[in-house]
Amino acid sequence: MTTKLFGTKVPRVEDQRFLRGQGRYVDDLLTDDPRLLHAAVLRSPHAHARIVDIDVSDVLDLDGVVAVWTWEDLTGPMAEPLPLLIPHPTLTHGRTQYALAREEVNYVGEAIAFVVAVDRYVAEDAVARIRVDYEYLEPVVGIDAARAAERTVHDDVPDNVGARMEQENGDARAAIAAAPHTLTLELDIERSACTPMEGRGTVARWDPDTSRLTVWSSTQTSTGVRGCVAAKLGLDLARVDVITPDVGGGFGVKVVHPWPEELLVPLAAKTLGRPVKYTEDRREHFISSAHERAQQHHVEVGFDDEGRVLGLNVEFWHDHGAYTPYGLIVPIITSTQLLGPYKPQNYRVVFESLYTNTVIVTPYRGAGRPQGCFVMERTMDAIAAYLGKDRTEVRSTNFIQPDEFPYEHGLIFQDGRELTYDSGDYPASLAKLKELVGWDEFEEFRAEMAAQGRRVGIGLACYVEGTGVGPYEGAHVHIETSGKVKVATGLTTQGQGHQTAFAQIVADTLGVRFEDVEVTTGDTRKMPYAVGTFASRAAVMSGSAIHLAALRAKEKALRIAAEALEASEEDLEIADGVVSVKGTDASIDLGTVAVLSNPLRYAFDEASKAATQFSVGDPGKPPVAEDDEPGLEGKDFYSPPRSTFANGMHAVIVETDPDTAEIRILKYAVVHDCGHLINPMIVEGQIHGGVAQGVGGALYERMAYDESGQLLNASFMDFLMPYVTEVPTSIDIDHLETPSPLNPLGIKGAGEAGVIPSAAVFAAAIEDAEGFPITAMPISPSELFELRLAHADDTTEATTRSTP
Amino acid sequence: MTTSPEELHDVRLHVNGSVHEVRVPARRLLSDALRHDCGLTGTHVGCEHGVCGACTILVDGKPMRSCLMLAVSAVDAEITTVEGLTEDDGTPQGRLSPVQQAFSDCHGLQCGFCTPGFLTTITAGLAENPDPTEDEAREMIAGNLCRCTGYQNIVKSVLRAAELGKGEE
Repeated sequence: MTTKLFGTKVPRVEDQRFLRGQGRYVDDLLTDDPRLLHAAVLRSPHAHARIVDIDVSDVLDLDGVVAVWTWEDLTGPMAEPLPLLIPHPTLTHGRTQYALAREEVNYVGEAIAFVVAVDRYVAEDAVARIRVDYEYLEPVVGIDAARAAERTVHDDVPDNVGARMEQENGDARAAIAAAPHTLTLELDIERSACTPMEGRGTVARWDPDTSRLTVWSSTQTSTGVRGCVAAKLGLDLARVDVITPDVGGGFGVKVVHPWPEELLVPLAAKTLGRPVKYTEDRREHFISSAHERAQQHHVEVGFDDEGRVLGLNVEFWHDHGAYTPYGLIVPIITSTQLLGPYKPQNYRVVFESLYTNTVIVTPYRGAGRPQGCFVMERTMDAIAAYLGKDRTEVRSTNFIQPDEFPYEHGLIFQDGRELTYDSGDYPASLAKLKELVGWDEFEEFRAEMAAQGRRVGIGLACYVEGTGVGPYEGAHVHIETSGKVKVATGLTTQGQGHQTAFAQIVADTLGVRFEDVEVTTGDTRKMPYAVGTFASRAAVMSGSAIHLAALRAKEKALRIAAEALEASEEDLEIADGVVSVKGTDASIDLGTVAVLSNPLRYAFDEASKAATQFSVGDPGKPPVAEDDEPGLEGKDFYSPPRSTFANGMHAVIVETDPDTAEIRILKYAVVHDCGHLINPMIVEGQIHGGVAQGVGGALYERMAYDESGQLLNASFMDFLMPYVTEVPTSIDIDHLETPSPLNPLGIKGAGEAGVIPSAAVFAAAIEDAEGFPITAMPISPSELFELRLAHADDTTEATTRSTP
Repeated sequence: MTTSPEELHDVRLHVNGSVHEVRVPARRLLSDALRHDCGLTGTHVGCEHGVCGACTILVDGKPMRSCLMLAVSAVDAEITTVEGLTEDDGTPQGRLSPVQQAFSDCHGLQCGFCTPGFLTTITAGLAENPDPTEDEAREMIAGNLCRCTGYQNIVKSVLRAAELGKGEE
């Protein structure tokens, strides 16, 4: 039997090309094509303005400029607003931008004109020569301004409210009114962004000989891009291929589609008959892709003497930026995943999703969960502080217990399905975490440090993450006559090592050598039915689909081999690509089985002679049976009834400098349960990366908009992404494996987990070190210093907490 | 308003032991010349303002940000890009250098976009300090951004590369 690869640290096959500089990212493509043209975009310098006039007359004379587009030049569907990708009944005032601004701009960075030239330098020269007359309008910046609604972003959205949504299970307000204790909290989270190292980019080539358009895009959904390009350009879907090459990170932002450039590049390529490339620069990524995170929460909670939550009422305001192309996914996730591993008896949540004159807000790794986790965990900590109980004890009191699964929350999740947790063991996870971080020994450590004049604090945070959302993914497994196995799945890859993890699954399921399996992702020519990579869904969705497709191929291989070996299928086994009759020497290579699966008239090599008409088959029967088809292939789809819920808990010990308020990480511990692990090395890598992004989001990163809507820190010099010097030197990780009953491999998603509890866990630890509430994140040393001053002035009042 | 074409300069670049003759305007960044004129797309551009380090190359053995250099200023320099890090073992592909091998061993990369800049930086770093402590390893990579890995495995890769390098001596 072949060694089982599932669950082992198989080195990544992707690494070879990446380490040799042979990765192919979108900006690497067609570099040797002399006909390739380059695009640049004129972007709005104003957060809110009417466009009075656009004058491009100085542009076309510029040597090397080929074409320029403004909205006036667009026709048909291209002149209509971009699609609203995920409509929702409560999104009563959804608005999307145009590919190029029509009459009005609503954020700094909104695309206004598109220039195509012989190189990017010339294209940028041309952009600088376009003259636009603006009528400046007062912008709406930040949640406070949006709520005040003294000004509006869109004339026809009078109060800046795009959506108002309410869900309730039980009667939260009545339960709070009747509860022995109540607390109120006001909590804030600021904007941050995915910030992959590679920005957005698109290349397109129109082939007049075959009337086909090929689009390469740095996207998280090739099928999504394909559908949009075909619809907007008025092309049959069959004429459009979208290929996702290597992608330099996504983290959510690249699931948005179509970006204006994702349509304009294909349009230009088709119009001009030459390939066109657009590669975003770093400033453009800051001001014209997408951000996330900004929310304000008002929490009322009622609880008993044990800290059991009897009623929880959350109202929050979500800043969705200037437009709503991605619907309400982020605030819906916040409103549902806020519950974490807990079971408040009565829960009500209301949110308003608000327009501001800033960059659009769409999912960033965690996608609304970090905010929800922050709110719930701050609430748990506040309850513990109020009752004078250990913070882990209050959490334990509120945990859903292992025997309560499947657990129904009585709410609707982001996929339109019931919020029902499939499995988990939260008490076991907490026990592991306490052990890992040394929770029970911490007071001793605190005293030790205090004796040295050092100030430390510990915090923990728990989360549950709905992963593997539908609707489906598919896979195609093809065993070639060489015995090599080609696998295609349609979702895309941004560094998760799918080629390795999926090959592990195929090698195990089929019984072939790992080296013989080659996986392709994100190519609509090979798998036109797919959804995309987001919501920690790739392993769950495509992993399951690939397993099912491989099983189908295996079933067929065994049937053909049984016939060839004159044995019964039950007596066969496949290992290292060879089918053999158990306990005998009789065997046949899978490659030969593939030859036999495809009855031939013409032999093209020695092996294929075995499948020609005078060599094989019963002359009395059709060469391909009625219910069969030629070839050794398997294709299948996986479509789960609902999401599967991974969970985890983080703890951190921080030290805060008594003088400078600098915040240092002394220890970081993670307990993670994503069901069965396909490749623990890759899962741990995902956790490391998530924690680093979480550290950035908690302590460093924010979008510094001024009151006129200018993003003041739109560069890597000013937006403080963590270097190695800012992250924990090591992360202690422990896994719990509670398999999901919803898919054949028992797996749950892992991609986003590392980042979800960061704001919550750091707030808790800093609060524990300082002794006053931390209610807004991120927090810088300056802000902590200011808080110290404020609390020194007024040590008796904890401003954000009230007692009944 | 019409304009005359930009003046072009003939530049001879020495990259990975080969000579590349390119004709470029004076403003052409070295990163763009390497990628688009020499076709060496292994060098990546992450910010174009010298902060992320993805475009780091070796200029006469020293790590430099190729987005902060002009192609015309790189004449006479010996340039090494990520494509030039592999070692000759008689195969067309070549063998991974200790630094490259270490990244594979330690899962020091995910999306691979920042990786070329780390590989060149560490190659130069280990040439200067072949036996770094963990703190020195961290210091060595403290000027490069990675958004995927969280850096822990890159630090491990530096130490592993030092180990592999010693094995070769």
